[in-house]
Amino acid sequence: MNDTTNVGTRFDRLPATADDRCVEGRATRREVLRWWDERFGVDPEVFEAYSFWERGAGKVWAFHGDLDSPVDVEGLGITFLRTRQEHWKPTLSAVQRFGTYARKNCIELTETEARRFFTGEDQELDWDGDWGYLVVTHELAGEQEPLGVGLYVHGELRSMVPKGRQRDLRE
Amino acid sequence: MNVLERYEPLIDDFEAFRAACERPLPSAVRVNTIKTTVERARRAMETADMAVEAVDWHPGVFRLPDDQPGTNWPYVHGWLHGQEEVSALPAVVLDPQSGERVWDACAAPGSKTSQLAALMDDSGLVVATDNNLGRLSALRSNAERLGVTNLAVTVEDARHHSLKPFGDPYDRVLVDVPCSCEGTVRKNPDALDNWTLDHVQGISGVQKGILGRAIEVTREGGTVVYSTCTFAPEENEAVLQHALESSPCRLVEFDCPLECTSGVTEWEEERFDDSMRRAKRIYPHHNDTGGFFCAKLEVTGG
Repeated sequence: MNDTTNVGTRFDRLPATADDRCVEGRATRREVLRWWDERFGVDPEVFEAYSFWERGAGKVWAFHGDLDSPVDVEGLGITFLRTRQEHWKPTLSAVQRFGTYARKNCIELTETEARRFFTGEDQELDWDGDWGYLVVTHELAGEQEPLGVGLYVHGELRSMVPKGRQRDLRE
Repeated sequence: MNVLERYEPLIDDFEAFRAACERPLPSAVRVNTIKTTVERARRAMETADMAVEAVDWHPGVFRLPDDQPGTNWPYVHGWLHGQEEVSALPAVVLDPQSGERVWDACAAPGSKTSQLAALMDDSGLVVATDNNLGRLSALRSNAERLGVTNLAVTVEDARHHSLKPFGDPYDRVLVDVPCSCEGTVRKNPDALDNWTLDHVQGISGVQKGILGRAIEVTREGGTVVYSTCTFAPEENEAVLQHALESSPCRLVEFDCPLECTSGVTEWEEERFDDSMRRAKRIYPHHNDTGGFFCAKLEVTGG
């Protein structure tokens, strides 16, 4: 094991830029901020007080604050983004926590659609925007609230709600 | 109920105490202000046709007379956390501030941890420690649902907690120790089935060790809150007495928003420091909650 390999059991802070990268394939802070900005229109300033960490291959965590890297702990902030794959994928936790800052690629569901979505069902829906991962919202207590991550392809919104988080709220 | 009879000398209205212990406990939820406001959460609960009763001592805690928290929109959004009403007390007493460094020494499954983070506006640092990986996984999943981002989780015996990854000592520490859980008898009617004095005395040693370590890792002038959900003085006043005698600390007064009585200064053959009266005993008949014990300590110079 040397400094250029990802160690799956500890937290390593993401390098600021590609020039600072020692571990092959590791996302950089700049790339992460750019991805949230380009995909969802989230202003990078939203994450100014956050540090980003990789633990597990490609699994990026967001922590409010900073610590010396690497750090040997069981958890650091919340899971945030899945990298090391062609299409990066935000986590449900990240979308529920930061999705209110998203300005694009957000799809609003009706009550019935939202219930189906959170049960884990895929559904055919109209969507004029980009294919790919969307922030799924519905109305709660008078405002649109981010509920989770959907994957829109071929006229269908696929529910990305992890099995352990799914709940049957259908009447 | 025989176990509880040993506390008859401590309790003014023992019949009311005993009757309360036999009543089931209503479910309660705490609003997670990291993700929403109390007002919006209340509105979402009403829209979901949940019957809720606000408690009079804490603006974000609601009793659910008919429901269990779980399958409704405000819960899946992480706006609510199922938490026994009285267990919302110690974080309020610890009173952590935005930007501070706080340790939750016996953190799983994370109800109080997430409450600490919310009181700090999810800024500063909360270190949550537990020695049980299974319970820590429940804490991790609660923290994800509640969106707690200022949190570092460690698996270790709190008595040997390492400050190394986190640097400076803490401003505040919550020591909500494992205990004989006598005060949870309303929730778990079998809580007393395996009660033995040996267990109480054994766990008291662990509690002393954890409180000692908590005081060691807190800065001078910092605050430690010690709490249990048991009535046994062996696990409450006796543990504090040990800390007063062996660690640089003193008990401080605090306003308890729930009806309570003072900590005791004697139990069986033992005598405790007069300042033990600053600790609070909460019996089930006082506020129609579970039983609880809570004390606030200031860490003094060596």
